[in-house]
Amino acid sequence: MDLVLPDFGLLFWTGLVFCSLLFLLAKFAWKPILSAVNERGNSIAEALELAEKTREEMKTLKAENDQILKVAKAERDEILKDAKQTSNAMIESAKEKSKEEAQKIVDAARDSIRSEKAAAMAELKTHVAAISLEIAEKVVRTELSSDEKQKALASNLASDINMN
Amino acid sequence: MKKALTYFIIALVFSVTSFAVMANDHKEESQEEKEFDVSEMIMHHVKDAHEWHLWGPEHGGTSIYLPVILKTDEGIETFSSSHLYHGELVHIGENHYYKGTGPAEGFAMFHEKIYELDEHGMLHFEDGHVHGNVKPMDFSITKNVTSLFIGSFLVFILMFSCARFYKKNGAVAPRGIAKFLEPLILFVQDDIAKANINEKKYKKFVPFLLTVFFFIWINNLLGLIPIFPGSANLTGNISVTFFLACLTLIIILVNGNKNYWGHIFAPPGVPKALLPIMIPIEIVGIFTKPFALMIRLFANITAGHIIILALISIIFINKNVAWGALSVPMALFISVLELLVAALQAYLFAMLSALFIGAAVEEAHH
Amino acid sequence: MYGSIAAIGAGLAVLGAGIGIGQIGGKAVEGIARNPEASGKITTTMIIAAALIEGVALFGVVIGLLGGTPA
Repeated sequence: MDLVLPDFGLLFWTGLVFCSLLFLLAKFAWKPILSAVNERGNSIAEALELAEKTREEMKTLKAENDQILKVAKAERDEILKDAKQTSNAMIESAKEKSKEEAQKIVDAARDSIRSEKAAAMAELKTHVAAISLEIAEKVVRTELSSDEKQKALASNLASDINMN
Repeated sequence: MKKALTYFIIALVFSVTSFAVMANDHKEESQEEKEFDVSEMIMHHVKDAHEWHLWGPEHGGTSIYLPVILKTDEGIETFSSSHLYHGELVHIGENHYYKGTGPAEGFAMFHEKIYELDEHGMLHFEDGHVHGNVKPMDFSITKNVTSLFIGSFLVFILMFSCARFYKKNGAVAPRGIAKFLEPLILFVQDDIAKANINEKKYKKFVPFLLTVFFFIWINNLLGLIPIFPGSANLTGNISVTFFLACLTLIIILVNGNKNYWGHIFAPPGVPKALLPIMIPIEIVGIFTKPFALMIRLFANITAGHIIILALISIIFINKNVAWGALSVPMALFISVLELLVAALQAYLFAMLSALFIGAAVEEAHH
Repeated sequence: MYGSIAAIGAGLAVLGAGIGIGQIGGKAVEGIARNPEASGKITTTMIIAAALIEGVALFGVVIGLLGGTPA
C-alpha cells in the first residue's frame, strides 16, 4: 500500500529541486532559447515576405518592360510600314511618270511617223498622179491612133451603157 | 543512432539479467529453504531505498550508501545509511528489520522505513506493520532523490548548453545539441502550448510546460537505464507525480478566470434545481483532472518497470537459463516499448496540463 | 487465492480499457479515411482520449497489483 502513498521526504526534495529547476531554466534557458528561436522565426518570415514582395515587384517591372517593348515594337512596325508605303508610292509615281514620258515619246514618234507618212503619201500621190497621167496619155495615144479602135471603144462604152 | 540504441538495449538486458542472477545466487546460498519471491523482488526495485545498489549480492554487495537525514523531536540527525544496512538484523516472527549501529543508534529500518526504537530498543509489530514506534520525518537523500538530482542536473546542462549556443551565435540555424533540442522545444511551444491555450495567454505557461516535459522525459529515460545513473523509479513514484500534478492544479486555480469559475459555480444553461448536484460534481472535477495526471504517470512508469522485471524473473522462477530465450526477447520488446512510453507520457502530461490550463483561461464566447 | 482474485480484477480493468482504446483507434482511422486533411487533429484527440481511458485502466491495474502484494 505504501507504493501509492506519497512520501513526505521525496515530496519535499521534488518540490525543492523542481521549483529551482523551473526557475533556473526559465531564466537561463527558456528565455534565451525561445527569444532566439522566435526572433529567427520572425526574421525568416520577414525574409520570406520580402522575397514575395520583391517577386511581386519584379513581376510588375517585367510587365512594364513588356508594355514598353510592345509599344516600341508597334512604333517600329508603324514606321516601317510608312516607309514602305512612301517608297512604294514613290516607285509607283516614278513608274507612272516614266510611263507617261514613254507614252509621250511614243506618241510624238507616232505623230512624226504619221506626218512623215502623210507627206510621203502626198508625194507618192503626186508622183503616182503624174505617172498615171503620162501612162493615160500614152494609152489614149495608142487607143485613139486608128478609126476602128475609136469605133470599138465607142461601141464598148455603148454596150456597157445598155447593160445598165 | 540505431547502433547506439542497439548497444543500449543489449547493455540493458545484460545488466538486468546479471544483476538478478547475483541476487538470486546469494539468496539460495544464505537461505536455501526460501523460495525466490518475485513480487518482493519487484517491489524492492520499484520502491525507494536508502542505498543505491550497484552490483553483487543484496547485502554485502557493492552499494552507494546514501545519507540519511531525520527530523526528530530533538533536532536533525544525519548519518550514512550503511549504519543501518550493516547494523544488526533482528527477526521478530515473520518480520525482520535492521537495527542501526554507531551514529544510527536508536533507529531501525523496516522495509526502507526508518523508525525510532522504543526504550527497550525494539520495534513492535501488529499484523505485519510497525505499531507504536515513533516515525521521524525522513528527509533522507534516498535513491530517488539522488536520481532526481542527476536527472535535473542533466536537464539543466542540456538546456543551458542549448541556450549558450544561441547566446554565442545569435538567431541562426541550430547546430549540435541545439539542433536536436530545438524541434522538441518548438513542438512544446507550438503544438502543446499554443494549440491548447488562448493565443494571447499561452506565453506565460510555456516555461512550465517545457520544464515539465523535459523533466519527465529525461527522468523516464534515466529510469530505463538499469545501471548506476539510472534504474531509480523516480517518475514512477507517487510523491513525484503528486507534486507535479499539484503544481498543475495550483496553476489552474491561480489562473482560472471568471469564465472558468462561472462554469463551476453557475453552469450556464443548467436549471436552478440541479445546481446542488452540479456544483459538487464540478468541484470534484477540479481535482480529478490532476489526480488522473498523477495516477497516469505513476502507473505507466511503474507498470513498465514491473513488466520488465517480471519478464526477467521468469528465468529465476523456473530456475533454468533456457527460459532466457523467451524472457529476454520479451523484456527487450517491452524495453523498446518503454522508450516510446517514456516520451509519450512526458508528452501527455504536458499536453493535458496545457489542455486544463487552456480551459481555465479560456475567455467566454457565447 | 488473494493474489489471483486481484489478478482477475487487473485483467478485467485491462479488458475494458482494451475495448475502449480499440474503439477510439478504429473510429480515428475511419475519421482519417474520410477526411485525411484532419489527420493531425484526429491523432491528437485520439491520443488524449486513449490516455484518459488508459489512466482509469491503470488505476484498476495498480489496485489489482496492490491487492496481490502483501503490504
